[in-house]
Order: sequence, then C-alpha cells, then structure tokens
Amino acid sequence: MRQIDPDVVAAFPITPQTELMHKFAEHVADGDVKSEFVLVESEHSAMSASVGAAAAGARAMTATSANGLALMWEIVYIAASCRLPIVMPVINRALSGPINIHCDHSDTMGCRDSGWIQLYSESAQEVYDNILQAIRIAEHPDVLLPAMVTFDGFIISHTAEVLDALEDGEAREWVGTWTPNYSLLNTDDPVTYGPLDLQDYYFEHKRQQIEGMNHAPRVIKEIGEAYGKLSGRSYGLIEAYRTDDAERIIVALGSTCGTSKVVVDELRDEGEAVGLLKIRAFRPFDEEAVAAALSGAKAVGILDRSVSFGAPGGPVHKEVKSALYGGGKTPPVVDFIYGLGGRDINREHIRGVFEELKPVADAGRTPDQNIRYVGLRG
Amino acid sequence: MPGVKQLAGREEMMAPGHRACAGCLPMTAIRQILLTAGKDTVCGCATGCVEVVTSIYPYTAWRTPFIHNAFENSAATISGAEAAYQSLRRQGKVDKDIKFIAFGGDGGTYDIGLQSLSGAMERGHNMLYVCYDNEAYMNTGIQRSGGTPKGTATSTTPVGKVRPGKQEYAKALTDIMIAHNIPYVGQATAGYPKDLSDKVEKALTIEGPAFMNVLAPCTRGWRYPMEESMEIARLAVDTCFWPLYEVENGVFRVTRKPKEKKPVAEWLKKQGRFRHLFKEENKHIIDDIQSQVDENWDWLLKREEMTRSEAS
Repeated sequence: MRQIDPDVVAAFPITPQTELMHKFAEHVADGDVKSEFVLVESEHSAMSASVGAAAAGARAMTATSANGLALMWEIVYIAASCRLPIVMPVINRALSGPINIHCDHSDTMGCRDSGWIQLYSESAQEVYDNILQAIRIAEHPDVLLPAMVTFDGFIISHTAEVLDALEDGEAREWVGTWTPNYSLLNTDDPVTYGPLDLQDYYFEHKRQQIEGMNHAPRVIKEIGEAYGKLSGRSYGLIEAYRTDDAERIIVALGSTCGTSKVVVDELRDEGEAVGLLKIRAFRPFDEEAVAAALSGAKAVGILDRSVSFGAPGGPVHKEVKSALYGGGKTPPVVDFIYGLGGRDINREHIRGVFEELKPVADAGRTPDQNIRYVGLRG
Repeated sequence: MPGVKQLAGREEMMAPGHRACAGCLPMTAIRQILLTAGKDTVCGCATGCVEVVTSIYPYTAWRTPFIHNAFENSAATISGAEAAYQSLRRQGKVDKDIKFIAFGGDGGTYDIGLQSLSGAMERGHNMLYVCYDNEAYMNTGIQRSGGTPKGTATSTTPVGKVRPGKQEYAKALTDIMIAHNIPYVGQATAGYPKDLSDKVEKALTIEGPAFMNVLAPCTRGWRYPMEESMEIARLAVDTCFWPLYEVENGVFRVTRKPKEKKPVAEWLKKQGRFRHLFKEENKHIIDDIQSQVDENWDWLLKREEMTRSEAS
C-alpha cells in the first residue's frame, strides 16, 4: 500500500487487520505516502467513505476482517453496483458468534455474491503480488468492479516471511495513475451517483454489472501474465499443482495451499499420484478450468474453511461440484470442513484427507458420507 | 451575505420537475441552500424523501454533482469525497474551490445516521451537514423518529385507547452537535429563507465541519393544507418551538426573537397530527410541551447571554 500510495485510505481497527493499518499509519506519519488517511468510527463508515472518495475520482483503499466486513456488507454491495474500483485487503477471520479472532473464511464467503472480485492468497508474497494486481484488475475499463484480496488471519497477517518486492519505481509504474470517467469533483459536468433505480432499469444495470464480472477472468489472466513478466511470478485464476496425472486431488484456498503442496510433494516422493488445485480467484470462478483440472481424477477432496448452513457442503464444495456437472466425466467429490475459528491444519491432517480419498477413488463413486470434518474433536 | 433578490437572480441548482409533493418544505429548503452554495458544491443525501424525489433514474434534479449511498452514511460518504478532494488538491490534480454538503432527513440524522454524522464532525472534515427535519420517517409512511415531538400521531405511534401518540420528547440533536465543539452549528427553517441562507453562507465559509438543523414541514405527515407550509414553519419559530439561532465557535446568537411569543398550541392546532391533543383528556400534554418549549427558550437566551459576555 505504501508503494501504491492511494489517494484516500479509510481505516477502522479490527483484529487481525490492525497490523496492516498500523504499518500504513507509520508511513503516513513519516510522509512516505501522500494519502489522505481517514480514521473512521466504524467499518460501515470506512466503506462509505471509500465509496465517496472513489466516486470523487480518488484511488481509494480500506481493509477489514470478520465482523468489520459484516458491518460493511450493505455498502460492499453499493460499491460494486456503483462500479467503483476500490481495493480492500480482507484478513480472513471467523465471524461471530461466538466471537473468535482467528482464521476461517466465513467472512469473505459471506459476501461472495456482492459483485466484488475475490483473490485468495497463499502466502505473504501472494498478498503483496495480489494487491498490486488487484488495482489494475479493478480499474480495468472492461471490469470496473471492486476487488478484495484475502489472506488468512494471523497465519499470514502476523507471521514473518521473506518477500520479493518490486522496486518502488517499478511498482508505481505498474499501478500507474487512475483517471475515472466520472468524478464528483468535476462540477462543470455534474453527475448523479446512486440514484433510485426502479423496476424499469435496475435489471439492466445488474446485467451490465454481470458483464463487468464476465470480463474479469480474461483481465485477471492478462494482468497475471503481465505481472509475471515484471516480477517473474505469473498468476492465473487457479493453480493446478501436480494434477496432470493425479488420481486424488484436493481443492483449497489460502494458506492451506502451501501446507498442501508440501504434502503433495511428500506423497509424490512416496509414489502416490496426488495433486492440489488451488483456487486463487473465487470470484470470478473459473468453472471450465476447474472442471478441466479435476476431470481426470478418481477422487476429489474439497477443503472448506467455512460452513454454508443447511446446504449440501461448504461454499467451495458447491462451486466445484457444480463446475463438474455436465462436463462428461465427473469424479466423486468429498467435502472436508476444517479449520473453523483458527483450528490448526497441519501436514498430518492433509495426509489424512488424501488417505480418506483412497477408498473413494477405489469405489469410483461419491460415498454416502460425503461431508467430513478435519481436526474436529469427538 | 446575499440578499433575497440576489439569490433569486442566481442559477437554480435544483431542477424543476422533481417529484416532491406540492408544498414540500424539505425541497424548498434544499433549493434555498443550493442557491446560496452555488454550482461548485458536491452534495450527498441519505436515503429518504429528498433522495427519492430528486433522483429517479434516468432523471436527476441535481445540477450539482450528487451522490446517494445509503440511509445511514450521508456524512461518511461526503467525508470520503472531501478527503479525496484534499488529497487530489494537494497533488495538484484539482485546482478549484469546492464545497461539500451532506443532507439527511431526521430519521437518517437523529437515528440511524447519528454515528456516521458524529464521526465525520469529530474528524473535522471541511463540510456542512444539513438535517432537513420533517419530524418523522415520511418517505416510508410517517413513522416516528427520534426527532418526532412528544404527542405526535404517527403510523408507529398512533392514537389508541391507552396511548395518545408519541410518548417521548424529541432528541435534542442540535445540542448534541453543539457538544461536538465544531466551529459552526445553526438551527434554521425554510420558513425564514434569508435567515437560512445567511447561515448556510456562514457555514460554508467557516473552515471545518458545520452542522445545520433545518425544520422542514411536511404537508402529508403533518396533516395540513399544502399552501400553509411556510406559515406553519414560521409559526414554529414564533412560538419558540423551533428557535432560530447559531453557535459560532461556542458563542450563541439567537437570530430571531419573536416580538410576541405565541403559545405553542397555535402551532399544534394547525396540524392534523396533533388534533387529538385538543381533547379534554389530553390537554395536559399540550401543557407539557409548552413548559418544555419555555424551558428550552429560557435556557437558550441564558446561553446566549453567558457565551456572548465571555466572548466580549
């Protein structure tokens, strides 16, 4: 964020997002950035002020977690419907109740249908890379939608990692300057933002917004490739890790992908045909690529770090299953709910998941008990 | 301060053909405010009557830049726009003087938007917040708000067998804003346009956050004939129910002292929403309202005297 030097940053403290804003506040205090730093009285106002700032033509950013995101929820939708390219890091944390400050994905999964682009990050490196890319994706004229870059609370937000950063000049050139088509500050050509939009136009406006999201997969790929040329680290919507000839594949988001890759490597060394499908962009969801990466598997295990109460499995499970439907060969799928409220997930757990997929692969069909729990006592 | 003739000669910033009711004083107030503010003004509005009647897509009545975000965040939204202005101006990307006004009704200000308003004032944005106070949630069907006077019949405080209208007094919003120690707080009404315009001019000239509470009668909700809006607004002032005053850096100034302070019953009796108060069994409520009006008025005059002598 220091390198992006946004015009306006609005912030309200909430764990585990606080560290990010503390650091940014230091940059403001030292004069490293030109940003107007608005220390609001709530997340609702943080998102509201971001909407006002973006509508006034500023590059606006904020950050949040968990209940803060829930409090923003109403305005999260409005930001997207006004087509304002706000970029927001969300440090994933369990939603109350009961209150819990540690990681799961219930917060961002709760606004997966809000019209925001969602990029999940595996490591601190990816957080950095994703934020720089998110600015370009959100502001792309074919997209014009806000973007959240999510990363796992405490696991990534509060741990030290070695990071390859661009030079300040390179980063500045990469993000470029932002000149929106419409600004509240252009009083010679006044515009009305957020009008009352009744049954005669609302539907068409939603359709246009869908079109923006439909362009996002192409734009995410193009920007991921361009970023690769600059940094040496390319990105797509998904990352298929050793899946080509894999019989058992697990699907995951966020920091668990790092642990999973280690386990995949270990099992591969032991001669087992396993792989990982990492979902980087959960919104937009690349149905085709997901189906293509999984269609050769004999069993698929989904790692879901949130619950969709009353639904047949967690959010990732439902998306993946729906992607597989109608694609010809549909491997059996088992959902593994894990890590709620920060419950640790380690290599042994992931080995266990691959182990549980063995009989599923052998049987060749989805078992009766297709929702399971990892690391749950009792 | 511009005179009424000067204002009348200015370009209208609120286009005709919006969909407000005939006799809508909130719209009259906003028209007067925008005549004073001029075109280089960014306006925001909370969800409510004004937003609804001025911005039905694909039309807009706003000739200034305008943003509606949600019900409770007009102040936060405009504070974001103002922050953008400060930032872009500092970077040399904008070079004109632009003013910022956030509007909200009494529901969006006294109630659901109070936190966002308080935050914006505390942070010191260079903006004016205007509450157009029509004393209930008119847009959603005349429900009571924190700004609804005691004794009022509304759709959520109807006159029933055991409850004769709203039980509580209105929240003292103007006092709450004075307690924020911001540079300017004003109380005005569309019924006295010159007074309103002078206050807006001052609020927009003073550096820092300003707040104005503007009484804006609603013909539908207050239940009176539409041609009486101005008269009813003035009567609220002449009965001292709605004193006109301003507080500039802590110094109070009453901008209109009625020559003859009329009884509040004169204001109440003109409105259908208070009709039930004139029944024998409810007359004590009128006495209560009168004694509160008297108390508030005396306290206001006292504060004027105290702060003026301190300031001189």
